[in-house]
Amino acid sequence: MAELFFWPALLLYGEAAVGYLGEARRPGTSGRAATWGVRLGWLAQTSLLAVQATRDDGFPWGTWAGSLNLFVWLVVSAYLIWGCRRTFRLLGLAVMPFAAVLLALARAGGGVGAASRSPYSTAFLVLHVGLVLAAFAGFTLAAALSGLYLWQERRLKRREVTILRRPAPSLASLDGLAARTVWFSLPALTLGIAVGVARLVADGDRVDALVAATALTWTVWASYLALRSLRGWTGRRAAYLALAGFLLVVVVRLALPATHFA
Amino acid sequence: MRLVLVGTSHHHAPVELRERVALDREHAAALAARLAEGGCEAVCLSTCNRTELYVACADPEAAERTAVAALAELEPEVEKALYRLRDQAAGLHLFRVAAGLDSLVPGEGEILGQVRGAYEAGTTGPLLDRLFRQALHAGRKVRAQTAIAESPASVSSAAAALAEQVFGDLEGKSILLVGAGKISEQAARNLVTRQARIAFVANRTAGRAAGLAEKFGAEPLPLERIGEELAHADLVIASTGAPGFVLDAATVGEAVAHRRGRPLFLVDLAVPRDLDPAINDLDGCYLYDIDDLEAVVAETLVGRRREAEHAEAMVTAEAAKFHEWHASLDVVPAIASLRARAEEIREAELRKADALLGRLDESQRRAVESITAQIVNKLLHLPTVRMKQAAAAADGVVYAEAVRHLFGLGEDER
Repeated sequence: MAELFFWPALLLYGEAAVGYLGEARRPGTSGRAATWGVRLGWLAQTSLLAVQATRDDGFPWGTWAGSLNLFVWLVVSAYLIWGCRRTFRLLGLAVMPFAAVLLALARAGGGVGAASRSPYSTAFLVLHVGLVLAAFAGFTLAAALSGLYLWQERRLKRREVTILRRPAPSLASLDGLAARTVWFSLPALTLGIAVGVARLVADGDRVDALVAATALTWTVWASYLALRSLRGWTGRRAAYLALAGFLLVVVVRLALPATHFA
Repeated sequence: MRLVLVGTSHHHAPVELRERVALDREHAAALAARLAEGGCEAVCLSTCNRTELYVACADPEAAERTAVAALAELEPEVEKALYRLRDQAAGLHLFRVAAGLDSLVPGEGEILGQVRGAYEAGTTGPLLDRLFRQALHAGRKVRAQTAIAESPASVSSAAAALAEQVFGDLEGKSILLVGAGKISEQAARNLVTRQARIAFVANRTAGRAAGLAEKFGAEPLPLERIGEELAHADLVIASTGAPGFVLDAATVGEAVAHRRGRPLFLVDLAVPRDLDPAINDLDGCYLYDIDDLEAVVAETLVGRRREAEHAEAMVTAEAAKFHEWHASLDVVPAIASLRARAEEIREAELRKADALLGRLDESQRRAVESITAQIVNKLLHLPTVRMKQAAAAADGVVYAEAVRHLFGLGEDER
């Protein structure tokens, strides 16, 4: 049953990624097709998650691959808030290829099938995994917005003659939305970490590499907001900092999870 | 009714000639009323790029002669530059005009309002009423479904569109005008229409700065104080006659340090340039000179022309719908006569059978009425459709005559 939803979701995300590539070359039909790909793909993935949730007694995304599946859904959900607007379509070029690859990776790791039983309670997993993943999804979107900011800023600096042909959000919108996304995501990460640390202390476990990297990620994103408010770090500098923060998200999500999930 | 168009435009006449046949709304309305005398309809469309007379009349030759004479009255020389179109070609021309496809800048926005104004001031009847309403619909459709009107078509609107790429909404953004000449004022006005406000006017001559500043409720400044106020401005528009740079990168760099990351958009419309090109290298500063803006406009015009190709297909389809309707008018009298004749026969036959039908109760009589009416309708449906199709293909009159002959329509009156 889960497979029935996985393949349409993957194919539609893939179609969206290709469509956005076409949109970057020539705005129009391919962009609209890509947006529908995201919408329908998201519906297929939502159905996939619903099937997993009804089939499993507890929290079905407690494994690394399972959490990757949920993470992709959260990223695409966050993207859908703005991504359907015409000027924000190009943001999909940064989000959808990434989402398609991660969803394929989640399946390869067994994250779209039945989950093995977790030693942790459902409440803990919902709070810890759910909040951390929601925060990471927000950071991913903020990084995509920052990437689009840098691209658009470079076009303006280079005075590209085609700049008005390809609709893109203004620098002010991109910068403001990235900051607002981080304002929502950082408290979620803080709470998610707090729940995890409380459990760590209660079980007497040690801090592993992933916990340390997550703390570093929190520091970078907290600095992003602090420097923005106190030192006026907006625009290009803020965008570079967001990309640095996103690199840490990638490391935490993809490079270090083996020890933590074991 | 036949449709006649007589007119001239920027394609056929220079501005010196066009301005002599240009009419204001009042005179255009009066001319339309004069041309419509004797049971005709008329609309006079007069803009800076064209003066066109649309006349719907039973006698197209006479209507054309009157329209040509009316324009020649205004300026005899214009006769050589006039075009004369009829029926389908005249209709298609108006559709193209309303969509902005016949304009100097494809897709320009003003023409749709001008066509609407001419229609409202005209003396219209069923034909021109439908023609203008459908042309306005086509114009709106082209603008809504293609990107023909999205990009700027002038240097000042390109500057405003680029500023929006930086700031998004320009509402409340402060403009510093450097130079109190016409060019910078025009560019600033475009930004003001987008809710930006002119905060400072700097000029070498204090009097001119004060004059322009008063007009916009801005603060006048001597050129030496530009650097101080840069920290408070969001947009700078420079157009002085100074031989060298009025603003260098070092001065702007100092101001940027006090802006807490707020971007600064600078437009240099002067030749020789007023603003040091190195300003563009500063973080958060975006500088466009006249060449950059002209290149953007040229590119957007290429884009408009590309969109115009899609728009042409849409306009042709919309004009074809009007033509079908117009052509069907030729066969409407024949269709009406045919239906009336059939109904007459049906009623006569029912009357003949009255003795027999009298034995039926009310519901049975109604059923017989309904069945005979349906038979007549079904028999006439296909000929009606075919006649309308033939009318659209220009054979309508032949078919109408054939129907009149075959069914003996109108013979009683002869």
